[in-house]
Amino acid sequence: MPTPDVTPTLSTEQLERNFADIAAPLTSDAALLEAAKCLFCYDAPCTHACPTHIDVPAFIKKIETGNLKGSARVILDANPMGHSCARACPVEVLCEGACVLNDRDEQPIKIALLQRHATDYALEHKLALFEPAELNGKKVAIVGAGPAGLSCAQDLRRWGYAVTVFEANDQPGGLNTYGIAEYKLRAETALAEVQMILDLGVTLRTGVSVGRDVSFDELERGFDAVFVGVGLGATRRLEIPGEDLPGVHEALAFIEHLKTHRYADTRVGRAVVVIGAGNTAIDAATQAKRLGAEHVTIVYRRAADDMPAYDYEYDLAKRDGCEFRFHTAPKRILGVDHVTGIECVRTEPGEPGADGRRRPVEVPESTHVIECDMVIKALGQVVRDDFARAASLTIEDGRMVSTKPTVFVGGDCANGGAEIVNAAAEGKRAAAAIHAYLQETGG
Amino acid sequence: MADLRVNFAGIESPNPFWLASGPPTNTYDQVARAFDAGWGGAVWKTIGEPIINVFSRYGSVDVGLTRMMGFNNIELITDRPLEDNLREIAAVKRNYPDHAVIVSLMVDSKREAWHEIVRRTEDTGADGLELNFGCPHGMSERGMGSAVGQVPDYTCQIVEWVKEVAITPVIVKLTPNVTDITYIARAAVKGGADALSLINTINSIVGVDLETFAPLPAVGGKSSHGGYCGPAVKPIALHMVSAVARDPEVRVPVSGIGGIATWRDAAEFIALGAGTVQVCTAVMHYGFRIVEDLRDGLENWMDDHGHRTLADVCGRALPNVVSWEDLDLNYHLVARIDQDKCIQCELCWVACEDGAHQAIRRIDTREAGNGKRAPAVEIIEEACVGCNLCAAVCPVRGCISMAQVPNDHPGVTWRDYAAGKGTLAPRSEHFHTATWSPRG
Repeated sequence: MPTPDVTPTLSTEQLERNFADIAAPLTSDAALLEAAKCLFCYDAPCTHACPTHIDVPAFIKKIETGNLKGSARVILDANPMGHSCARACPVEVLCEGACVLNDRDEQPIKIALLQRHATDYALEHKLALFEPAELNGKKVAIVGAGPAGLSCAQDLRRWGYAVTVFEANDQPGGLNTYGIAEYKLRAETALAEVQMILDLGVTLRTGVSVGRDVSFDELERGFDAVFVGVGLGATRRLEIPGEDLPGVHEALAFIEHLKTHRYADTRVGRAVVVIGAGNTAIDAATQAKRLGAEHVTIVYRRAADDMPAYDYEYDLAKRDGCEFRFHTAPKRILGVDHVTGIECVRTEPGEPGADGRRRPVEVPESTHVIECDMVIKALGQVVRDDFARAASLTIEDGRMVSTKPTVFVGGDCANGGAEIVNAAAEGKRAAAAIHAYLQETGG
Repeated sequence: MADLRVNFAGIESPNPFWLASGPPTNTYDQVARAFDAGWGGAVWKTIGEPIINVFSRYGSVDVGLTRMMGFNNIELITDRPLEDNLREIAAVKRNYPDHAVIVSLMVDSKREAWHEIVRRTEDTGADGLELNFGCPHGMSERGMGSAVGQVPDYTCQIVEWVKEVAITPVIVKLTPNVTDITYIARAAVKGGADALSLINTINSIVGVDLETFAPLPAVGGKSSHGGYCGPAVKPIALHMVSAVARDPEVRVPVSGIGGIATWRDAAEFIALGAGTVQVCTAVMHYGFRIVEDLRDGLENWMDDHGHRTLADVCGRALPNVVSWEDLDLNYHLVARIDQDKCIQCELCWVACEDGAHQAIRRIDTREAGNGKRAPAVEIIEEACVGCNLCAAVCPVRGCISMAQVPNDHPGVTWRDYAAGKGTLAPRSEHFHTATWSPRG
């Protein structure tokens, strides 16, 4: 990627502090105390709220009894990405948001931290929690070693399938490795979690791009079933003048660079404008600030309540000192050979659009310039229609759909972009569907 | 303002809160600090021929967030020279003349040994004696402690020896490690005991280290049975105190011991007939300072209820302790759930369904699409036997209450009913799960 022009001026120690775990792990004592507070609900709402339906009370009670191995097994059986989810899930809208203690006007059980406590134990001790079954003679290809594909792989290998995962990148893990804010999940942690799945005897072929290095047809011919979990493609374009000026970056590329280099090697502007207000926008803004940007401004054309970002993320960006400019739309990126500013207009809510939301309408004579030396675009990604064409998959409403009986899809490419936990759930569901199909048809 | 002063078998005490014989009453310094903190009396840690203790002496049982819910020890009586103990006891009594100083005694089961220890102890000016017939560990193997207290004849005999020379009141401390404590209580009274104290600790092994297979508390990989105490034993102690206090052949003051940690615990012991209460484990856990709320809480409770003296409340609950066959079979209860308070944990449902009487109906609100605030559980009143289990497991105070279901039938006890007298009011039917759908 083209790197920004300003080198971080913060000391290595300061950068380490800025990107350290945002939530300290629980001590053993704190975990026992927290676990003891869990009521052990019957048919617990937290379990229902989790897309992978981890039996939360069960794993928490196992922590309380000192059965950390059993606890980790409950978690990673239901969700092979259970460790990264413990670090990156928006739990306040999932399990912790559903905790019955909220209704007793108390803080919910710290489910994420307990889940991390148990899975930390499994990772630290390199526990082999699951056994691969004897090979049943059937082969499944998985395209994309992200959360969906790997979750699919774990179950299939446990059920006796020979699984080969094709990954275009150098490293597996997908966005877990390349795209989660550094202070939530580091690449080495994501890779350690992936290794537990590979250790079951899953074959991983990195640096292999399906469609370029191997054709989709070959996969269909060479395997009994194919799972597609290729994620999303390029970031949407702004379609405004100046978009291709040096100093304009895509959020995911910026984050990936940060996560694959020493902190000091990712350059950041002094004044950064982030366009968009989803969770990736927040990740980019906070990390730009933590790299040493003096001023980070998030520009969003709707109101605070309309932001796709979770409240937790919004609060985090505010705590990091990021400025929010709502009802502001970019019109032009300024600069000759590098970004010098961004020209915006103010907006106000107008008539509802097709999605039912009130469309932002420009306020006349509200043009103004925000001076900056770096622009980060975080407008969401689009589905990979190149891959869909190559694989003869259809795209409906921005989501990849398979109509072929031996091809299954899941994760961001199939859901339009969601959480790790959604991808894991879809990967597991696909594994179950593949298993059912191959058993039914005899492969 | 409530008057907390007591006269217990002739021993005057500014309040009913005594430190039980144990580690907190081992030295002058401790007892003096306890009296300064507000304790009314102290039973000095058992003196006798000094022993040698082991290292690692206490074991603890934690329950959920609660540390030391149960506690045990394999510590023996004092390991300090008799002369040191006697000198310090005398000093305490001299410096705290208005506090109750009682000395726990344990010597060989020989008449001369008991005569000597009683005379030497009384020379200190102590207010009373407590005969330790209770410790279940270590000393019992040497023919002392509970080895005496488990045999009515031995108990009676030694009390008689003590009473031959004792001038001050003699309290006999009873062991709970017997089939029926009232037999031992009667034997002590027959021997001349002026009062009883109970319970001593319960024989126990507190746990096993699953790495080393050492029983706990471990002494170099081995352990021995020890005395169990702490909040976990309170219900056992309450029953034994009430059994002794109700016994028509006992009729001497009773000092209640066993798991007392709060003023509520103390008030319950007093209501069941205790004239004073003794505390050890709670002090070992939190220190002497707990006496402040013991006194304050008891006083406030007495003031709020118009009880002026402890004599007004001592034994007030005893007439309500009856035999099972004297309970009213026509007193019916049903559980009621306050749906506004329910947080939908469904613990009551699973408890009733699996562990009791299948009298709660579960409504899957998620499937019904009712949202989270719709009722998830409801009582099947015609199946509810009013057992209290749901109210016991409910984590929200006041959410599940037990309501009386009136009927037109006069009360009838089993004693009457078995004799052909009285009729039973219509009762809830026992429903089996199969007879109704969980979807309601």
